[in-house]
Amino acid sequence: MNAATFAVQLLNGVQYGLVLFLVASGLSLVFGILGVINLAHGAFYMLGAYLAYWLSAYTGNFLVALIGGTAIAFVIGLVLEEVFVKRMIGRDHLAQVLLSFGFILVIDESRQILFGKDVHSVPPPDWLKGSIQLTELLSYPIYRLALCVFCLIVAAIIFFVIQKTRLGMIIRAGAENRDMTRALGISFDRLNRYVFAGGIALAALGGILVAPVSTVFPGMGDGMLILSFVVVVLGGIGSVAGAAIGALLIGLTDTFGKVFFPQVSSILIYVLMAGILLWRPNGLLGKQGH
Amino acid sequence: MTPLLVIENLRSFYGVSQALHGVGLSVGRGEQIALIGRNGMGKTTLLRSIMGLIHDRRGEIRFDGASTIDRQPEDIARAGIAYVPEGRGVFGSLDVVENLVMAARPGRDGHSNWTLERVFEVFPRLHQRRGHGGLQLSGGEQQMLSIGRALMTNPDLILLDEATEGLAPLIAQEIWAMLDIIRAEGIATIVVDKDHRSLARVADRMVVMAKGEIAFDGTPAALRAEPGILERHLGI
Repeated sequence: MNAATFAVQLLNGVQYGLVLFLVASGLSLVFGILGVINLAHGAFYMLGAYLAYWLSAYTGNFLVALIGGTAIAFVIGLVLEEVFVKRMIGRDHLAQVLLSFGFILVIDESRQILFGKDVHSVPPPDWLKGSIQLTELLSYPIYRLALCVFCLIVAAIIFFVIQKTRLGMIIRAGAENRDMTRALGISFDRLNRYVFAGGIALAALGGILVAPVSTVFPGMGDGMLILSFVVVVLGGIGSVAGAAIGALLIGLTDTFGKVFFPQVSSILIYVLMAGILLWRPNGLLGKQGH
Repeated sequence: MTPLLVIENLRSFYGVSQALHGVGLSVGRGEQIALIGRNGMGKTTLLRSIMGLIHDRRGEIRFDGASTIDRQPEDIARAGIAYVPEGRGVFGSLDVVENLVMAARPGRDGHSNWTLERVFEVFPRLHQRRGHGGLQLSGGEQQMLSIGRALMTNPDLILLDEATEGLAPLIAQEIWAMLDIIRAEGIATIVVDKDHRSLARVADRMVVMAKGEIAFDGTPAALRAEPGILERHLGI
């Protein structure tokens, strides 16, 4: 493997990891703040990709699809929290899992009715088409580079909110000790709603961003859901910084695993997860000693 | 003048087991109450019930004239009660300044006597450690932070559980001195501690709990006059 091939794989791994981070940080925040396990997180990722297909086919503008799709997902999240999810807070995980499994069925069926079950592709915006020539034989698509930059910007915004704002302090405090946070006069009713909707929007955003570099198909959320759970467990539940490290580790392991150890690549990330959990049972940045 | 906090026939349950068996207590404005008794007698449960953190609680609790028995912890906190729990409850993922700022709120009547600057003024140690994470602090510093955080909500009543547990004597002195400052501010307190002698020096009233009930409620002098009570309920 020469340097250029390595660079391409590295970029692919980072790009994969960054998208995974967006999706998984949403899952992690929802679990950390609401204490609700959302199995439908992957279904919202899939829904995002279909919304990207639908909106860009109608408007011919990927930017509209990006903003519109994320906004639609956010609104769906607000409604679902108000009508269903808030009744599940503090209930046992089985009830939450059943509810979110119901979401999966409804989302899948809605997708079937609205968009059918065909596989689609979404063109990247015109100004991001084309490739950058790395060597005579190797080139790298501009959209993928733009995707990395965009994900980094979103990640920076997430980190700014979590680390530098009062809202972020409350989110970190709430993920750590919900009762103590409430005893300081902080209500979770509104926070829960926006965190849930934000989590859903992040899942959909991941699906929208990925649509131009992969195919849009009905089962695309399933693998993402499992990987997101791996990232959340690896990084530590409720920790956004942990999700970032976990997602990049998974992205790079998966990409380079397929290149160097194609025979065992499918189990590598689980070996990685098992190894890290043996070392740190609560994840990389999870609460230790509980 | 009506008391600040009135508790009548309070019964609290953990599932099927009953922890409080009809507690009655009233706390006046600015009054400092010492709550003592052996482990497992219901002191922490009483504080958690007042704060709304025990889900199954029955009877009546009125704070500032309004019933809080059915209210959520955040509403009770906003009504003017602050909680310093056993184990301090400091947020490890927040630094000292964030631990204080996240709780900042004007009091019920809109006053903001307690600000970040004021807390740093009474606890200079916290100012020195302001950039440190909550769990990088020593036990004493964590307790100062937890008390400072409670004050940042500008409360009318502070519930202080195990005020000096596990602290070096010099640090414990600082906490007792802090209670004097709090009293001078006109903030009422219910303080739980094992050190009943120090409590007797600072408290207006001594309340002894036994088996989920109030066994004694009176001034420190009245408690001293009945040595049998301490012997029976504290093993002294």
